[in-house]
Amino acid sequence: MLEIAAAVTLTMLALAAVLTFVRLVRGPTLPDRVIALDLIGVLIVCMLVVVAGSTAQRAFLDVAMVIALISFVGTVAYARYVERVRS
Amino acid sequence: MTEWLSGGLFIAGALLALLAGVGVLRMPDVFTRMQASTKASTLGLGCLLAGLAIRHPEMSFVIRAVSIAAFMMLTTAVAAHVIARAAALSRAPLWKGTLIDERVEERPNGAEPGS
Repeated sequence: MLEIAAAVTLTMLALAAVLTFVRLVRGPTLPDRVIALDLIGVLIVCMLVVVAGSTAQRAFLDVAMVIALISFVGTVAYARYVERVRS
Repeated sequence: MTEWLSGGLFIAGALLALLAGVGVLRMPDVFTRMQASTKASTLGLGCLLAGLAIRHPEMSFVIRAVSIAAFMMLTTAVAAHVIARAAALSRAPLWKGTLIDERVEERPNGAEPGS
């Protein structure tokens, strides 16, 4: 049961990542792309949580925490950059 | 029982994440896309972490799950605020159905409004 749930969950998360990637490529303005990158980081954290649940490895949760931290810092840095480049 | 609850929470979290992806792709402007992304992704990750904590009710898993959830709930709001401020300052185009635009005009030399 749980293996099926993990497989379905990972499939839906991958589909969400594909949709977000389409927005990342198309996005008309720079803030759109920053939002898409931020959401891709959150989706990677979600996938790591699901993998940690199905393999019972604690290390994936540590990786998820670090990726969440780095993604937050990156988003703030991109936002500062967006403010800087406005003319 | 716990297995079904955990699996259901996993599916619910993935559905919310998928909703965030669809919202980011389909919403008409930056600010609506942002609310779809941040709210759905925070709740989706919360559901996934709750499912994980129910699946593995050990101290090491639960502490990490709770700390990830607390950290994401703190930082997602801050990141969304910073991006929204940057988008508003860079005059990102609004949806054509927007009724009120309360973004103030930027004043030269940082002068106070009314001076």
